[in-house]
Amino acid sequence: MENSKDIFNEKPKSSLAKALDIVSTMASKPSGFIGLAILIFHIILAITSPWFAPYDYKAINPSLMLNAPSSEFWFGTDSLGRDVFTRTILGGRTALTITFFGSIIALLWGGLLGIFCGLVGGRIDDVVMRIVDAFLSIPWILAMLLIVSLLGTTTQVLIPALGFFYGKGIVRVARAATHDVIAKDFIVSAKARGHSNLSIIWNEILPNVRDAILVEGAMRWSWMLLGFSSLSFLGFGVSPPTPDWGLMISNARGLMSFAWWAVIAPIVGLSSLIIGINLTADAFAKALGIDRSTKAPV
Amino acid sequence: MFFLIFKRFVLGLITLFIVSLITFIGVEILPGDACTSYLEREAFGEALAACIKRLGLDVPAYERYLSWAFNVIQGDFGYSLSGQMQINEVLGPRIKNSLVLASAAIIIGIPLALILGIITALWRDRMPDIIISTVAIFSMTIPEFISATLLILIVAIWLEWLPGIVIVPTDVTFFELLPNIILPVIAIAMIMTAHMARMVRSSVIQVMASDYIQMAILKGVPYWKMVFKHVLPNALLPAINVVALTIAWLLGGVVVTEVVFNYPGLGRLVIESISNRDLPVVQALGIILASIYVSINFIADLLTLMLNPRLKTLQTRK
Repeated sequence: MENSKDIFNEKPKSSLAKALDIVSTMASKPSGFIGLAILIFHIILAITSPWFAPYDYKAINPSLMLNAPSSEFWFGTDSLGRDVFTRTILGGRTALTITFFGSIIALLWGGLLGIFCGLVGGRIDDVVMRIVDAFLSIPWILAMLLIVSLLGTTTQVLIPALGFFYGKGIVRVARAATHDVIAKDFIVSAKARGHSNLSIIWNEILPNVRDAILVEGAMRWSWMLLGFSSLSFLGFGVSPPTPDWGLMISNARGLMSFAWWAVIAPIVGLSSLIIGINLTADAFAKALGIDRSTKAPV
Repeated sequence: MFFLIFKRFVLGLITLFIVSLITFIGVEILPGDACTSYLEREAFGEALAACIKRLGLDVPAYERYLSWAFNVIQGDFGYSLSGQMQINEVLGPRIKNSLVLASAAIIIGIPLALILGIITALWRDRMPDIIISTVAIFSMTIPEFISATLLILIVAIWLEWLPGIVIVPTDVTFFELLPNIILPVIAIAMIMTAHMARMVRSSVIQVMASDYIQMAILKGVPYWKMVFKHVLPNALLPAINVVALTIAWLLGGVVVTEVVFNYPGLGRLVIESISNRDLPVVQALGIILASIYVSINFIADLLTLMLNPRLKTLQTRK
């Protein structure tokens, strides 16, 4: 965190120039470049795929069941005769959208609560952290499955639920980052000037802990994608016939001894996206001077 | 030191108490109670009233919580809805099977992670590091259900070396279980090893850059003696807690892996109980999984305290 301050405080730049600086630092290393390229490819694919998908993703055709890849069906067809290529290029849209908004919710509540706890300290901090610890010790998968099975698998349930369960780890990170700056002179003098807690959070603390929280949010996006795909795989995520990689893998798994293409295509899609986000998040952390590798994935 | 251990222990108990409250309140406030989910469309009139009476849902929530919590402390989780069996009888063999799986993964994973982490740190940015780190990134980012599916496809279906799906009864003996757990153990150990190796790597790199190691190099301490005597003890100590958190975090992944391999452990019970809406079992699982998480962290704290010479002197002061 010490390094990141230097990057930002050397000379005043517009925020766009700063952002471009960070991106070019990220792309200067091979792993960061590959990560960014994969992520951008997936985002463009997710936005544009409905326009160039060759077939209808929900068109069931029993006469075309489990066809091997051919010039007509590039990735073959699945057990219901649907085109695997069409379903694969459309399969990341739901997951990307839900986890993107989920991460923003996680960042907002986790970051703000963490900063607040770090700032006020005392009894409130103790109580909140005990509750956060308790939530951390309940496996996310049990909690998510319970919520989804009782409230349904709609977007309105999934986004807040994922946002909540992936935000509790951010509370800790934001709180620790706040503790690092709280004793510094500029905070003490802002308090002495009589600024309100809200003003101190917004003007003094936030700019200094922003990097740590953003990096955490980027990592959490990839974990949330992993969690959401696991839910889909278990049949508690996207409802059919919407194409989704997790669900496609789970459906095609039973027949993979002779129709391997129907399971390989979504595996490549999902793995490449998660690896892309991970490499990007790592490069992002390095460009901001934050070392995440000694932290546990909680 | 004793005081510190005691404090950690009490904090763990408080966490478990809050977990029990959360799971109880969570099940209470979510729509549908045990009776409506058990009876489904027949949930009205006499059947519903009888069920509510039988499960004691007509008493106030806090009384139910107290009697439930009191029984749980004595090790009695009550009855499951679907099978009408005692939850303890359902859980027993499942816990044993999951323990076999998890301990095999840990026994393979931890030494392997140490070796790989040390190799990558000592040969930093050179060929061994680049190869191992790239493989590690792949195996830790790819979801468990994908690596498990690929393992089944390649090892079980294409090469036909091992059984792909575990088809054994829940109360199988240890030796009958053994050939079936190889693939699930590889799937779990892959992710765990990659995470831990990465942490060991950066921890060793940090220690290697410290002043006292530079001093040791200048003094002419032989390289491997320096690594084993000065670097590793200092590098591995902070890693213990992180390793514990990682193991605990992977509990969720074990659930998915067990489903893929049809393995009769706690993880598959999670899915079964949720699909059957068996809320008493879900509550019991919540408490058990949280206790595992808390105890793993407690053991890690104990290890750190015992291995850290600086904390031993606290005994005299406290």
